[in-house]
Amino acid sequence: MPYEYLDDIAIADVAFRAEGSSLEEVFREAVDATMNTMVENLTDIAQKKTRQVSLSSESIDMLLFALLQELIFFKDAEQLLLRVYTLSITRDGDTYRLSCTLSGEKIDPIRHNLIVDVKAVTLYKFSVEQSHHGYRATVVLDV
Amino acid sequence: MAVPKEIKKINDTLWELPISYKSGMLVPARIYATEMLLSEMDEGVFDQVSNVATLPGILGYSFCMPDGHWGYGFPIGGMAAFDPNKGVISPGGIGFDVNCGMRLIRTDLSYDEIKPHLSSLVDRLFQRVPTGVGSTGFVRLSQDEFRQVSEQGSQWCLRHGYGTEEDLDRTEEHGCTPGADSSKISSRAVERGYKQIGTLGSGNHYLEIQVVKEENIFDRGLAETFGITFPNQVVLMFHCGSRGFGHQVATDYLALFLKAMEKYRLAIRDRELACAPFHSKEGQDYFAAMKCAINMSYANRQVIMHRIREVFSDVFHRDPFDLGLHQLYDVSHNTAKLERHEIDGKIREVLIHRKGATRAFPPGHPELPNIYRATGQPVIIGGSMETGSYLLTGVESGKQTFYTTAHGSGRTMSRHKARKLFQGKKLIQEMAERGIYIRAASFSGLAEEAGKAYKDIDSVVQASEMAGISRRVVRFVPVGNIKG
Repeated sequence: MPYEYLDDIAIADVAFRAEGSSLEEVFREAVDATMNTMVENLTDIAQKKTRQVSLSSESIDMLLFALLQELIFFKDAEQLLLRVYTLSITRDGDTYRLSCTLSGEKIDPIRHNLIVDVKAVTLYKFSVEQSHHGYRATVVLDV
Repeated sequence: MAVPKEIKKINDTLWELPISYKSGMLVPARIYATEMLLSEMDEGVFDQVSNVATLPGILGYSFCMPDGHWGYGFPIGGMAAFDPNKGVISPGGIGFDVNCGMRLIRTDLSYDEIKPHLSSLVDRLFQRVPTGVGSTGFVRLSQDEFRQVSEQGSQWCLRHGYGTEEDLDRTEEHGCTPGADSSKISSRAVERGYKQIGTLGSGNHYLEIQVVKEENIFDRGLAETFGITFPNQVVLMFHCGSRGFGHQVATDYLALFLKAMEKYRLAIRDRELACAPFHSKEGQDYFAAMKCAINMSYANRQVIMHRIREVFSDVFHRDPFDLGLHQLYDVSHNTAKLERHEIDGKIREVLIHRKGATRAFPPGHPELPNIYRATGQPVIIGGSMETGSYLLTGVESGKQTFYTTAHGSGRTMSRHKARKLFQGKKLIQEMAERGIYIRAASFSGLAEEAGKAYKDIDSVVQASEMAGISRRVVRFVPVGNIKG
């Protein structure tokens, strides 16, 4: 399963674990898990608008943290629901660099079955680590 | 049960973790709760309340209120006072939703008078007070105007026709905390927030029409002074905060503080407990930025109240003040302030963090408006959408917690689990059968808010009274509700 919500931590908010065989895949799944907290069906999000994101960090977990924060920013600043269209992560010495095209559309309360508003990505138990199958991310969202 | 074996019982509603419980604790941790409430607290409470006890400059104890549960950095229900010269300021001690709080409005209307209009009132409130994911507010502002609002709070609202001087008088800090500096907030925070003034949010935020039943008045004299004067009186209560703006301010400074902690040789026990010396540049910049979020939240609640008055005026075809729609009070339960308190016989200025905890000043406190000087501060504590909420008052014995009490009931079940167990549409029907008419922006979101997913508010409030940190005045039952 690419991501699952966790019942045993963060009962007041939302926690998930995302998995992927590569860093790009686990990042993509974490984006979807974040969006799926707000929207019942991700397939209802049409690809009408794109936003380019370029980020860098010396740690892979803070790189994911920054990407998820971008989703929250676009949701509030432009009322956009976005998923990953393309994403690549490269290593440049000690620095991880992410280049991503997010695509989606404006929030439509009629077409999008909305659940709860994600207000922040927290650092509580936040991690990106290697796993048997590649990589695993654990994230707690403030709702 | 997660209660550590090291816990000591001080009395039936007070428990203490000694300094020896965790390395680095500078003061003991004190948890206010009955034995039952204590047994229900998750292990995060004990871990976090003891982490807070390690922060430099902490005074007295690290506190947790009866509704305590796991949070970010501080537990929800956490409170700590610091020496402003030696102590730290921590976004985790305030919360992401800066100045999340409650506002209570009394009316001259009875339940019998509103019953024929209940669905109309709730439907109109639902249309006119935006809720839910990505909602934008009804106050159109440029980014520069938003910065002004963040510095002026409810004062801005008064000047622009969104309230009265009385509203501000009955708001903590008169609806504007001085010292807010919009040059300390990021453009990202402004971009997130400038369209959100006049929005309720989602999750556990709500706007309720509530009723006072005769049997739920605990202190008739106090109730009357607060404007609760007849049986089946209708009141309105709502719960919201600084929306994306406050969250971004907290996020921005959490990142800054994580970098600053090495500079100030502060150990990072928990990244969410990042802090900076209060009098450092970083600490003062955050304080000034956080005040912008406090003020934005006051303004948000002020304009929402204005909208509520408009809706009631539309439905009853009368001026809202003829209907008696006067603000009773507005409290914050996520904040940090400089307050003057007596410690060891001397009055000192201290920096108080309250995270999911409500100020509860006693009778006679100079910061109270004249109308409440003799009664003590009104305290508004919200329960789940199915149960009820409370109006309490501060008491002199609250000195033991720097005049702080609980804020709500806290969850017992994850949102994900609640969505599996409950269905929004069915809940709406069941609540309608019990006389509660509800409009929600999301059925799934509503399922997450089912009453059974929350602790028992009556137990929390009774524990607060037994502990001597606040006193019950009235209990309210919901009859109408809008949720995001």
